[in-house]
This record gives sequence, structure tokens and C-alpha cells, in this order.
Amino acid sequence: MPQVMDADRMSRALTRIAHEILERNCGLDELALVGIRTRGVPLARRLARALREINGDDVPTGALDITLYRDDLMRHAVGPQPVVRRTEIAFSIDDRKILLVDDVLYTGRTIRAALDALIDFGRPRGIQLVVLVDRGHRELPIKADYVGKNLPTSLSQSVQVRLQEIDGVDEVVIEGEP
Amino acid sequence: MTTQATEAAAAATLTSRHLLGIAGMTADEIGLVLDTAIAMKEIGGRAIKKVPTLRGRTIVNLFFEPSTRTRTSFEIAEKRLSADTLSIAAATSSVTKGESLLDTVRNIEAMSPDMIVMRHASSGAPHLLARTCRSAIVNAGDGMHEHPTQALLDAFTIREHKGRLAGLKVAIIGDLLHSRVLRSNVILLNTMGAEVWACGPSTLMPPGIGGFGVRATTSVDEAVEGADVVMMLRIQHERMHGHFIPSVREYFTLFGLTPERARRARSDVIIMHPGPMNRGVEIDSEVADGPYSVILEQVSNGVAVRMAVLYLLAGRDIDVERGEG
Repeated sequence: MPQVMDADRMSRALTRIAHEILERNCGLDELALVGIRTRGVPLARRLARALREINGDDVPTGALDITLYRDDLMRHAVGPQPVVRRTEIAFSIDDRKILLVDDVLYTGRTIRAALDALIDFGRPRGIQLVVLVDRGHRELPIKADYVGKNLPTSLSQSVQVRLQEIDGVDEVVIEGEP
Repeated sequence: MTTQATEAAAAATLTSRHLLGIAGMTADEIGLVLDTAIAMKEIGGRAIKKVPTLRGRTIVNLFFEPSTRTRTSFEIAEKRLSADTLSIAAATSSVTKGESLLDTVRNIEAMSPDMIVMRHASSGAPHLLARTCRSAIVNAGDGMHEHPTQALLDAFTIREHKGRLAGLKVAIIGDLLHSRVLRSNVILLNTMGAEVWACGPSTLMPPGIGGFGVRATTSVDEAVEGADVVMMLRIQHERMHGHFIPSVREYFTLFGLTPERARRARSDVIIMHPGPMNRGVEIDSEVADGPYSVILEQVSNGVAVRMAVLYLLAGRDIDVERGEG
């Protein structure tokens, strides 16, 4: 079970992404962070903290649950039915640039669902995608704008992101044989 | 919402593909419905109150008894989940031409709905259908037996205000004999560890109510004393084929919830009523419209709870299909 990212590297990757966000968007005006439940939410909060440390401004941060938008929910449920959790977006997304945050980018189906869910909340000026790990194997034409780490994997492997807020430790590990 | 409750819910799934009653549901299953309803409630607050979850699913609402609240609530819940819905009221259906319940439902089933939400005046009618139907059956009230989604939305409303169900004193007052709301609520509240008091005239008390897991009394004052929740039940004129109460006025004098009686409850009491209310019969208008009343919240929460039930049952259905296929 090789560890491919520890707490230190994770923290540096997020700080780098925060700088890239500032560079690409010329400041924080009209930006907002939306984390995809579960692990995108603490990652979005950490990015908000990093952005505040660099720039001094607060970026509104929300949480998005995509369970009700999944394309496999009523088709071929994988294991037990996922628990639906609350979506909390306490600001208007109209005309904002939304930074959508998730832990792992894989098939792209979660992001497809998240885009549908977000657009039900309004009409953002743009949506940019932030992921901690891109492990490849896309099934939809979706690409991340900011990537913490590109991680080549085989389909038989699984990538686990563990975060202090949820799992008590910051790390990324690959499980299974390549 | 505590993380503990969420974690517990994450471990549970509904074991039945029908919702026929609260009887047979575990505390984990009830918790799962209530937790899922928290997420569903948020959808009702959005500008676009709709998610695509049940797209392509057909749900038939089959109401053999009059209903405004429950039927509207189910219809809104179904539409918010993007299901295709149609509602059939018995008064306008072939039932009036003498068709039997089973034949009516077999004909509807021939058009392949995925779920049937049903209200019927006979206790056990949905259970009969569940044994013969391919569709998932949701009981929206059967005779004097159960009304599970009402008990779930009551529990959701109590939990929103009190943060818990266990250890609360809940007084249920009124026509206990004819009330399916009472039965479902008592089973649910007992399962979740609340202390339930049931109060009503002895003529409207089911025989053997003591064995039902409640403390029974004919004194409203005793029932309300120190209560966290007071739930008033409707006097059901349509089910009263005998003389159960001398007069409506006497009933109000002895059992109606007046502001004076309500003051015996805890200072943070919530007053509930499943509707429709008979003002001046079981409840004084001043109490019904007062600051402790959560009666309209119950109605709002009903939509969220029914969305949760439909979502969870739709997911169960898939498992069944896969198991058989």
C-alpha cells in the first residue's frame, strides 16, 4: 500500500494551487469555492484558508452533495445505496467564478453530476475544476484546471485520499496491484 | 445534526422494498429516513426545487379516501425528485363502477408503474397489495391501522426542535381509537426511546392500550404535565358510527387543548397536529396559531420526509431487480 503523498506534500500542493488560482483569476473578486462531498469539502476549506493567507480576502465556501445527480443511482447501484447529505451553498453562484473542488478525478462522472447540480443553483460566469489527484481513465470529456498531483494508475488499483478532518491523517495511498 | 447519527445512518439500508408501516422498522432504518430527509429539505429551499434522481420512474398515487395534505405532499415530493406521477381519486375512478381493489391495482400494474402510493379505508389493504404486486407499495394511511409517513414527519419535526427523540415526554391526546397516526407514532416513538402518554375519553381508547407501550390516562392535565411534545389528534367524525362523545362542546371542555392546559407542559413545548384540525373541538385556535405550534412546519417537513422515503425505496427496488435478474 504505497503512500504517494504525505501531509507535507499535500500542504505544499494546496498552497501551489492557491497561487495558481490567484494568478489565473487576477485576484479573488467574484470567486467562490464549492467542495464536493465528502473529501472535497475540507479541501475547499483549506484552499480558502491558503487564499486568505496569501491575499487577505475571504472566499465564500460551500459544500455540494451530488448523490441525487448520479447517473448510476437507478441503474446499477454499486454496493449499498449512498447516503444523501446536505448541500450547503449559502451564497448566490450567479455571475461568480466557481472553483469546484474534489479529491480524486477518475472517470469524470462525479464532476458531470456536480456540474448539473451546480447549474441548478444559478448561472455562474464560469466553473473551474480543482482536484488533489488526477488518476486518469476518463470516460467523459472533462479536464481539471488545477491538479495537485498527476498519478498514473491501472484500472484495478484504487486511490485513497485521507484527510485530517475526516480520517485523522493527511495522505494519499494507492491500493492494489498495478 | 450530530455526526454520530450520520455515521449510524451510513451503516443502514431499508430492508423492505415497501413502506407498509412503522412496525418492523428498526431504529437505524428510521434514523436513515430522518437523516436523508435533512438533505431533501434543503432542495425545497432552492430556486429550482428539483433534482433528477427519479427521472423515468412512474409513481401512481391511488387514494381511496379523501386527502388534501398527504396527497399534495406526495405529489410534490415525487415531482421534486423528477418522477412521472399521476393521482387517482377513488371518487372519479372505476371503483365507483364496482371494480374490486385487486382488479383496479392489477390494471394499473399492467401499465408498469414503479411505485404505488396508496390510501385506503380498510386496514391492511396495502399489505394485501404488497403480496401480489411487482410495484413498491407506500402506505399513505390504511383505515385505523398505520400512517407511516405521518409518524416519520412528526419525528423529523420533533428532532429538528429537540435534537433527539430518546427520553422526551410526548403526550398524544384525542381520538385514540380511530387514529392510525397514533399507532404509527407510538411504534416509532417507542422504537426511538421516547416516553409516550396517550390521553382521551375512555370511549375513544382502544382496548388493551396499556399493552401498547404507552401510559394511558383520561386526564389531559396529567398527560400534558412536563411534556416536551403535545400532539393533538382529530375527532374523526367520519369513522364514528356510534356515540363516543356526548357533544363536541363537552369534548372541548374536557379534552380540548386550551392555553391554560398547554401551560402545564415544559416552557419549550412544541404543539403538533397531523391535520385537518377541528378548531374549537380538540384544539383552541389560540394554541393552534400560537408561538409553540409547529403544525405548519409539520406540513413543510412532510414533503422532505416523503422524498426521503421514495428515494430510499427506489434504490431498494434496484437491488431487488438485480437479485432476481
